Formats: sequence, C-alpha cells, structure tokens
Amino acid sequence: MSLWEAIRSALSAIGANALRSALTMLGIIIGVAAVIAMVAIGSGARERVTSQIKSLGANLAIIQSGNVTQGGVRLGAGASSTLTDEDAGAVLREVDGVVAAASVIVTRAQAVYGGTNWSTQITATDLDFFTAREWDIAEGRLFEPEELRRGEIVAIIGQTVAKNLFGDENPIERQFRIRNVPFKVIGVMAPKGQSALGQDQDDAIFVPLDTGRRRIVGRNYARDRSVQSIMVKFASEEAIAPGIEQTSALLRQRHRIAEGQDDDFIIRNLTEIANTATAAATTLSWLLAAVAAVSLLVGGIGIMNIMLVSVTERTREIGLRLAVGARQRDVLAQFLIEATTLATIGGAAGVALGIGAALTIARFAGWPSVVSVEAILIAVGVSGLIGIFFGFYPARQAARLDPIEALRRE
Amino acid sequence: MPLIETRDLSRVYDLDSGRVTALAGVSLEIEAGDLVAVMGPSGSGKSTFMNLIGCLDRPTGGTYHLDGVAAETLTGDALAALRNRKLGFVFQQFNLLPRVDACANVELPMLYAGADRKTRREKALAALDRVGLAERAHHRPMQLSGGQQQRVAIARALVNAPALLLADEPTGALDSRTALEILALFQDLNAEGVTVVLVTHDAEVARHARRLIRFRDGHLLSDQRQQPADARAALAVLAAQPSEHAA
Repeated sequence: MSLWEAIRSALSAIGANALRSALTMLGIIIGVAAVIAMVAIGSGARERVTSQIKSLGANLAIIQSGNVTQGGVRLGAGASSTLTDEDAGAVLREVDGVVAAASVIVTRAQAVYGGTNWSTQITATDLDFFTAREWDIAEGRLFEPEELRRGEIVAIIGQTVAKNLFGDENPIERQFRIRNVPFKVIGVMAPKGQSALGQDQDDAIFVPLDTGRRRIVGRNYARDRSVQSIMVKFASEEAIAPGIEQTSALLRQRHRIAEGQDDDFIIRNLTEIANTATAAATTLSWLLAAVAAVSLLVGGIGIMNIMLVSVTERTREIGLRLAVGARQRDVLAQFLIEATTLATIGGAAGVALGIGAALTIARFAGWPSVVSVEAILIAVGVSGLIGIFFGFYPARQAARLDPIEALRRE
Repeated sequence: MPLIETRDLSRVYDLDSGRVTALAGVSLEIEAGDLVAVMGPSGSGKSTFMNLIGCLDRPTGGTYHLDGVAAETLTGDALAALRNRKLGFVFQQFNLLPRVDACANVELPMLYAGADRKTRREKALAALDRVGLAERAHHRPMQLSGGQQQRVAIARALVNAPALLLADEPTGALDSRTALEILALFQDLNAEGVTVVLVTHDAEVARHARRLIRFRDGHLLSDQRQQPADARAALAVLAAQPSEHAA
C-alpha cells in the first residue's frame, strides 16, 4: 500500500467521524495558531525596532539640559540651557567610542518663498548631526566648515519642505526667508520617512548652528554658546553604556557640580528606548508560547484518546486485516498515519488561524506582520510529530491485538 | 503431498482457572481439491483447529504443514504472509469494511500483498464476477443484502488465489435459502478446484461436504467420506415450488 493510499484511507476514517475529528484537532489548532502568531508578532516587533533604529541612526544617546534649582524652585528638564557646544566638543574629544557629538537647537518657524509659506521645524546644528543620524544628502551639498564657522545664511531642506515650498522647482541656489532673513538653499536631504512617533522627519530645515542662534532664535542664545541638546553617536552598541558614564562624569566636572548634587543634564540612550518595545513584544511572545505548549500537549493527549477509542471501535476491522495478511507493522503504520494525518490537518488549520491572528494583532499594535514560511513549515512539522508521538501508543495497541480475539469482539 | 498435514497437533491454554486442553493431539491430512466440513459442538476444539490451520494461532505441541511449509516454525510476519498468500477466510459476520465499496473490500488482501492499483482493481472485479456480484462492485456493504455481503467476503477470500478457503460458520447469519446459495457457491468453487474447509455446528451445512470430520473434547471423533447433498438441486426444487422465501 503506497503512502498516498494510506493517507487517503486515513482521511476517509477521519471523515467518517468528522465532528469528533474536528473537536480532537482543536487543541492542535489553537496550539499551532499560537505558535504562528507568536513568531509573527515577535519578528514583527523586532523588525519595527530595527527600522526605527535605522531611521534614527544606530547607537545614539541624547544629552539634554536637566532640571535646575533656582532659589528652591526646581525647574523641569530643558527649562534652562546648561549645555554648550563646548560641552559637545569635549565629549567628542574625551569620551571613548564617540564617533560624533552634534550640538542641536530646534525651533519652529515660518519659511516663506514667493507667495507660499510653510511652518516647519528649524534645526540649527553642525556636520556631526548628519553623521549621527546617518542621513545622506540627495541633491546639492552639506555645509562647508567655513560656512559653519562664519555662521553663513545657508540652509539644507528636507523633502517635505522642498515639495511644499518650491513645488516642482529645483530649490538649489534659491533663496527663501525665515523671520525675514534670506536663506540660500544649498542642499536637499534624502527622504527619511516617519519617526518612531509618527512625525514626518522630512519636514525640516537645517541651518548652521551659529546662524540659527543669531538669526532665528534671537538674543538669548546669541549671548552665550548654549545648545538645547547634544546628540552623541557611539561606535558600537557596547560602547554606549560605559560612554554614557564617562560623559556624565565629564559634564559634572565641566559644570562644576559638587558631590551629592543633582546633574543639570539628562542623558538618554535611544537604542534602549527602542528596545523596550521589543521587551513588550517578547512578553507577549512568551505568553503565546505558554499557550502554545499547553494547547499542543492537550491536543496531543486528545489525539491519543480518540485514537484509543478508534482502535477499540475498530477491533474487528483490525482482526480482519491481520487475518487477510496484514503484518503488525502494517496495522501500526495505518493507525500512526491516521493520527499523524489528524494532527497535520489540525496543524494546517492552526496555521490559517494563526496568520489571521497575527495580522489582526499586528494591525492593532501597528507592527509590520511577518509570517515566515519557516514558522509555517515548523508548525506543521511539529503537529505531525505530535501525531506520531501521541499516536504511537494507540497504534501499538492495535498492532498487538490477537487476531482471534479481535475477530470475536462484538 | 497433502495440502494440510497435522501430527499430534495440540493447543493448551494456561488460564487463571488452570490448564485447558482445547486440542489434544490431532493428526490428519486434507488433500488439495477436497470439500471438508469440520463439525462439533462448542468446546469440541473445532474452532481451535480452524485457528491453527488458519495460522491465526500457534500450536503448543505437534506439527502443522500447510502446502509443505512447517507453519509452527514461522515468525509472526511470515505467518501473516502465509495467511495472505495461501489462505482465504470467510466469517459468519462477513467482516467487511463499512466505509468502502465492495471492490475496495475485495482488494484488501492484495493491499498487503503489495499489488499495484491496476492489478488490484482488475483482480477484485474478476473475483466479484466469479461470485456473481460484478454489477454490485461499487456498492457499499450497507447497500447489499446479507447473502451479497457474504459473496463479497468470499470474493475477498478468493482474490489472492489461496490454496485453502477457510469458512467459519459462513451461513450462520443467513436465512436457509441464502445459506443454500452460499453453499452452492462453495460447491461450484470446489468443482473449479478450490480446496474448502467449512467449520460448522450445523449438520444441514455439513451435509454438503464430501468429507466430514467431527471433533469432541479436543479429540478427533470421526472422519468419513460422504455423498454431498447438491445445493444447486435443492435451490432448483425451492424455485419450482411457491414459497414465502421466493424472491
């Protein structure tokens, strides 16, 4: 008897008790569905984190001005500008593993070109910013060091600004105004898409740090060398934690903070923030894994139970098969194939249910859903193995029947 | 060489209540082409004898040769192969698989003989034709009468061209007219050269054999040749006279 014929015969036996078979498969269906959903959610979340890190730039930390206490009043983080671009320079020079340290001042302003205007985010910064964000220029060029030093009135614009302000025109070398200051466009950034928070990162204008301070933000910043934040890029993920400690010590020293006093800055590890999203997904994954394990076990026991019932019901059939020349291993194979077919059908149904569940969860959680072919093959394979494992005992019972006894059974 | 040859064949069961001797040293021979009835009341040892010569059981003493093969020396798989090739079983309860049609039921022994699909189909249809059921090949057992079901079972027993057809109370579940039809079929098959052993407690059935062997208390009681009753002739008589059995 060929395997295909054996499977067809198993299918007919399963179909003869369709409802009973379906109920038996339920455990396997739920178990496999949980496995598929688990893998899809896990890899979906991981993919999202990876893409976030990619869009942000890998291995970043951000230093922000911390809370300052003035006469007993504690002001919130960023309320006072305690950081300077000199701090940024010191971090780049003295902290190990730092690749770039960009001084950043961000504000919102209206950009005007001819008859159109567009409110956007203005970032005053230096060349390290583009290194840190791993952001390339699409057209034109980046700032020249000389332009940065002299605070020249030039700007690099994001794709969204280019589209909204200049439409189909080529913006390079054109002038537009921010707060009545005429800026010359020297470059257009490559598209970056949405940030982790759903913000359009291409809706931005970049100007040299000093230009921003003096021409856009105004006097407050022009007096000193303060910056809102410093974006630090490390060479590797391993370098971040020790690097942050060194940076903290360095800044306390530079800001002359006595022992026991609070920092006047906050350092945030952006990679870590991205990773917390993975942690939530991991928790969900483990939960699903537990559900899967329990369901598959219960499903397997259900299959064993129903196969034992089936062997009892079909004792005479087994006796007859033995009488007409079936060997013990033929009977064993018949019932093993039946159990395995039952489990595999359950597995296939579970895959369908699992894909549905994964797509639904991914949609609500805003994750990309990744249903991998490997996961499907493994799930179906595992359910087949469950059929073999839990089907073996009933099948052996069947094979060991005494044909005389079996034929006599009513 | 006889088809069946037993020497001091015995079967002792070790039960909780003690040792029970079901068969106590039976020696006999059955020639190929014979039509033999094995008779005896229940507990006489006839069923044990049938299980032994059918290779479904192993003797606890003595020897048994089937078509020259010493059956008591064989392994389980070899016995299964022997049953498959040399023996055809017919049971009182037909024992057909309910989910598949007559043709598939007849194919069953060939499934274990390793025949390919086409050969199986051809031989099964030929066997069904031989028992007069060619046009019912694709009916399921539920759709057939008792007599037809037993014919399917006989076709199944014949399909591997066995050396011996072993029938255990083949007419026990049938009315007398259908029983006669089945007996007529056995006589026809025997006339074509098939060796048949009928195990029965019914003297009316045993009358149709050419040789009658009686068992009692595990021993051979008698072994005699007889003029068999003609089942076809009896059927013809039945057909001639109006009766409530007439279909």
